[in-house]
Amino acid sequence: MANEPAVALHEAGHTGAHAHPGYGEVRHHFESYAQQKDASTIGMWVFLLTELMFFGGMFMAYFVYRQWYPDAFASASLKTNLWLGAFNTTVLICSSLTMAMAVHSASTGKRLLLVGFLIATLVLGSAFLGVKAYEYHDKWVHHEIPGEHYECEGCVDAGHTSLFFALYFGMTGLHASHMIIGAFILLVLIWQSYKGKFSAKWYTPIELFGLYWHFVDIVWIFLFPLLYLIDRSGKGGIH
Amino acid sequence: MITATATKKETKNYLNAESGLKSWLLTQDHKRIAILYLIAVTAFFIVGGLMAVLIRLELATPAGDLLDSNTYNKVFTMHGVVMIFFFLIPSIPAILGNFLLPLMIGAKDLAFPRINLLSWYVYMLGGCFGVFVLITGGVDTGWTFYTPFSTTYSNGYVVMTAMAAFINGFSSILTGLNFIVTVHRMRAPGLTWFRLPLFVWAHYATSVIMILGTPVIAVTLFLLMLERGLHIGFFDPAYGGDPVLFQHLFWFYSHPAVYIMILPSMGVISEVVSTFCSKKPFGYTFIAFSSVAIAVFGFLVWGHHLYVSSQSAYAGMVFSILSYIVAIPSAIKIFNWAATMFKGSVRLETPMLYALGFMGLFTVGGLTGLFLAAMGLDVHLTDTYFVVAHFHYVMVGGAIMGYMAGIHFWWPKMTGRMYPEVWSKVAAGLTFIGFNLTFFPQFILGYMGMPRRYHVYPPEFQVFNVLSSAGASILGLGYLIPGIYLIWSLKYGKLAGPNPWGATGLEWQTASPPPTENFEITPVVTTEAYEYTPQILAMIDSSPTQTTKEVTHVG
Ligand SMILES: [Cu+2]
Repeated sequence: MANEPAVALHEAGHTGAHAHPGYGEVRHHFESYAQQKDASTIGMWVFLLTELMFFGGMFMAYFVYRQWYPDAFASASLKTNLWLGAFNTTVLICSSLTMAMAVHSASTGKRLLLVGFLIATLVLGSAFLGVKAYEYHDKWVHHEIPGEHYECEGCVDAGHTSLFFALYFGMTGLHASHMIIGAFILLVLIWQSYKGKFSAKWYTPIELFGLYWHFVDIVWIFLFPLLYLIDRSGKGGIH
Repeated sequence: MITATATKKETKNYLNAESGLKSWLLTQDHKRIAILYLIAVTAFFIVGGLMAVLIRLELATPAGDLLDSNTYNKVFTMHGVVMIFFFLIPSIPAILGNFLLPLMIGAKDLAFPRINLLSWYVYMLGGCFGVFVLITGGVDTGWTFYTPFSTTYSNGYVVMTAMAAFINGFSSILTGLNFIVTVHRMRAPGLTWFRLPLFVWAHYATSVIMILGTPVIAVTLFLLMLERGLHIGFFDPAYGGDPVLFQHLFWFYSHPAVYIMILPSMGVISEVVSTFCSKKPFGYTFIAFSSVAIAVFGFLVWGHHLYVSSQSAYAGMVFSILSYIVAIPSAIKIFNWAATMFKGSVRLETPMLYALGFMGLFTVGGLTGLFLAAMGLDVHLTDTYFVVAHFHYVMVGGAIMGYMAGIHFWWPKMTGRMYPEVWSKVAAGLTFIGFNLTFFPQFILGYMGMPRRYHVYPPEFQVFNVLSSAGASILGLGYLIPGIYLIWSLKYGKLAGPNPWGATGLEWQTASPPPTENFEITPVVTTEAYEYTPQILAMIDSSPTQTTKEVTHVG
């Protein structure tokens, strides 16, 4: 952290937060801005580790069942909409780009550019959620939601295909809930950026949210092939 | 504030710095949050304890005369759920860890005070779900929620109970996250990793388990709720699923979770043993790394819960060997504590009595764990009272003994008051006697083949069950007495100085109770941990609380 000023605060009995020009607020229990920023960054990475394990449980279940019932998984996978999935993948990758640009704009202190890229990220994220909602609705219409009315027309090993769809909804649902939470945080960040809360010297929330957003994207990068692409090159083909 | 007079500084502390309910419910001070946790966790301990009373009353006779089978199932389930998720897991980390971690490393607070407060509210929200289930009719799955019983056949509030544990999990994730960042980034100048108190090492290892294990139980309970609530099946064979997968996912967390419960206790024991022997712990580095080793190996042994659940014999062998390996770091701690006491002059203050209790009982609990980790023997002992006895030796004899040691050890620091010495020793003695009388007969019962989780049993088992129930009433008394005198001491206890025990940690160098900011001046650490200087030893010599005069042979 060579570029940080050494703002050491050793006053005895010091309470309350204090501000430094351009550095946001250093909370009372930190010695310096650098220490505070370091703590937040490590905190975010630890949180992402937790998230990794959170999704990990489901990936484990997926791998076990796919290993056991490859035919059921392959044929159920063909029921997903490849084009919508591919479209959504593109949308999310673009949103990662705009998010990275937002962090860059923040670091160079370009306020309006920052607001613009954050809005672009929000629009792309919302587009993803819209398409996902349409896909869910489509599954509902075709009775592909596991439960009492579940059916899988023309599926191989149909008895085990509901496992695929259970995992499909569990995994994409958990992913979508992360996107929704991200969208709400984005709204707050857009407002704060517009109000000029961040500067080239202090933009930690933007940077940390960027980490979160990229993580959620990466989860999707794994979900897309695991759920949509299982047997596209085989007898199912692209349709 | 810098200009405040010296006398004013002495009287101001975290307890009287602000007043009013709001100042407590919105506090960001780690010490006040610890007190919030203390109150809430104690309330749940009482609830879980009352369930235990019902269980022991029912089992006093072979017939089911007090509770019918359905009610009995609900009672032992709530006992397990409340004690594990709402008492044992948060007890030491969220109360003592919260209070002490910043003090021990010379920080003003944890890294994220608001997240710390949030964790308490999340805990309380989970608790509300738990209490709701308790009041509206309970759940009968056992704390393990095994599928497909839980998702298909059980007629209790499974989703609500799972939700309670699910929400509560996030509270422990937040605590773990906070501790990890705090230990990494908030240490006082000069406080290197190998100068950290062993309590901090233990909590660091615990936090690693919390952040890596808890999300897995969260997602497992999430899948369980989907299956039970929306019939989106993952585990029930009726949906094509496999119930054994649930057991794998469940124990992937729940075995490491027993280390979430025991490691902080071990941290307490390290501090207590060192202080009351006035010696640096023997093999500091070994004790520190054994905590980390337990955290790592603890993740690789979950399969020892599945020997009779259709797991392959080869997998079972690997899990069996790994389970034996995890006994090594635990044994290292026991041997090091014993070596610390060797040729020391041990002061038998109350915390030390509890610590000695811990060492004996945890050793029995750990060794009987090896019986259960042996594949062949486990087939005979699975689902018998042997498992119940083993688990309670580790959790009650280990974790709660450590908790009681810690509460007594740091009570003067937390409240500024001493508790009555005689009564506290009586309580420690009663706890030890009552505990053994309660749970040792259960080893014999289990070996004889009495299965757990039944409300009736053949008459030949009655003798041991009556012994157990009698022991439980003594044990209950052992917990009740501290409840009374600790509250009494808040008003009438002798005033404790900053360092009543002659301990070396940074937390003892500030006032009791500490000021809101913990230290008047950020401490700078220049020595190794546990340096018993001549001044400290002289202080022990003249202290009125000591029980022996031979304090001077220090290794
Ligand atoms: Cu285990």
